[in-house]
Amino acid sequence: MNPRQLRRAVHLLFLAAFLLFTLFPFFWMVASSLKDQTDLLASPPVWAFTPTFVHYAEIWQDDEVSGAIINSLIVASSTTLLAVLLGTPAAYSLARFQFRGKKDLWFWFISNRMISPIVLALPVYLLAQRAGLLDTHLVLILIYLSFCLPIVVWICTDQFRSIPGDIEQAARLDNANHWDIFWRIYLPLGLPGIAVSAIFSFIFSWNELLYALVLTRSDARTAPVIATSYMSGYELPWGKIMATGTVIVLPVTFFALLVSRHMVRGLTMGASK
Amino acid sequence: MASLTIDPPPRRRPVCLSHGRWTPFLFLAPAVLTLFAIGIYPTLFAVVTSLRHYNLTRTHDGFPFVGLHNYIAVLADHTFRETLARTALFYVTVMPVELALGVTIALALHRPGWTLMRAVVRVSLVVPLATTYAVVGLIGRLIFNRDFGVANQFANWFGMPGLDWLGDPRGAFAAIAVMDIWQWTPFCALIFLAGLSMVPNEVEEAARLETSSPLALLRHVQLPFLLPGLTAVLILRSADILKLFDMVFTMTRGGPGAATDLVSIYIQRVGFRVFDMGTASAQAILLLVLTIVLSRLFISAFYREID
Repeated sequence: MNPRQLRRAVHLLFLAAFLLFTLFPFFWMVASSLKDQTDLLASPPVWAFTPTFVHYAEIWQDDEVSGAIINSLIVASSTTLLAVLLGTPAAYSLARFQFRGKKDLWFWFISNRMISPIVLALPVYLLAQRAGLLDTHLVLILIYLSFCLPIVVWICTDQFRSIPGDIEQAARLDNANHWDIFWRIYLPLGLPGIAVSAIFSFIFSWNELLYALVLTRSDARTAPVIATSYMSGYELPWGKIMATGTVIVLPVTFFALLVSRHMVRGLTMGASK
Repeated sequence: MASLTIDPPPRRRPVCLSHGRWTPFLFLAPAVLTLFAIGIYPTLFAVVTSLRHYNLTRTHDGFPFVGLHNYIAVLADHTFRETLARTALFYVTVMPVELALGVTIALALHRPGWTLMRAVVRVSLVVPLATTYAVVGLIGRLIFNRDFGVANQFANWFGMPGLDWLGDPRGAFAAIAVMDIWQWTPFCALIFLAGLSMVPNEVEEAARLETSSPLALLRHVQLPFLLPGLTAVLILRSADILKLFDMVFTMTRGGPGAATDLVSIYIQRVGFRVFDMGTASAQAILLLVLTIVLSRLFISAFYREID
């Protein structure tokens, strides 16, 4: 084997090893969700087993789990809808107007990406308690906007900037006002960016745990909170836990694959394009 | 001979339309007002709370103002300083691995050959990034289980004895580090890959003709394009680790003892287990100050030319 072939082999081997590393925890979760209790508690763990869907049947019949998934759906889609409604006009303004204080506004939007949720969770808990909003969808939707809105504003501003100004100038000649231009030109032409930002907003709201953990108790508990709630007691229902985990992770994985080309942009607020 | 001067091409100015004085603000108002109501107002409320004696389990004597007492107590609190030090230790444990692995993967993905395999790996990178952080913690708990965890099986294959990972202080710290490396190495890899793709093709091809050593290529041609990404990763990951909660909470709840008690976990416990909201708010405000410094750094590094 000459050095070039050797290098090619090492290249392939490395790629394959990393692929295994990346997919293993995911694979292990799905595999464990299909094992029966005996196989789950086998020591050392078994790799060949007869798959069973009993844990999926179990969570299907468990109102707590289905309720939590419905809560997650309600919260994540309402947050996304609101973030797009409120964020796109702001993005239009940032993309097309010059005004004082624009830089400070940017700074503020971007710092929202970095702030620890615990900073807001404490006061929001106290405020929601006073307002009687604890354990409601509304409080989660509002607080999730604190990280979804900046993402939508950032990605859409970027997208709107790439729309050529000529189209807009032509529209101005036809006496269109800014609202018309935003509504008839920017929204339709910026649709790809809006879709990407909406998907990010959905993924982040769907995955969130800390706020949901402290702000909900029973009625509005989301799926990640339920998944965590099994973790007490002596004999853990691992099959049920992993089945719930799989059900939670599958939709976001699908969405993430849809926006895989934009993943870095969404996670860095555009620092590297 | 008249010298030939070439005017620089006119810089294309960003389109800027005439507009009424208030138009930009009308478009901004909904987002700004919302963020104000859900971001700034609660933060101010937290500042006020941090100046009070505010324990939810002892409400009968009200919540008297105590000035900076909570801050003084927090700064003198060994446990708080230890959690900050532990968070820093976690950062310096995972970052070198994530960076080294990330660069290697980015280079392997950038290198020509095995097109289909590279495409598959590239797509698979987003799987860890999108996996619900809380579920990552649950998977970690299963993998690192003492009796039926697959981590011990791997250890046995390599002739090492099994370990009660999550019951052992060092083992638990290592276990959360492994899960963090699993989840965030792809992030580093994707950022570095974006950097590598910025190297002009002709430059890279010329360099490949000059040298066959990938290391020389990396050092002299690709490195300058990797540095901005490196800065971004270092700053963003430090902010992410300061707010790291979900994965660690589901995996170890900060234990055993205080072995994985990172700063966000600790503040959550003070606020929502001990219900000492005054102290927790003071801690959170200090964390916020730290984060704002980091954001400033991040923005001055990346958003210099915002028009």
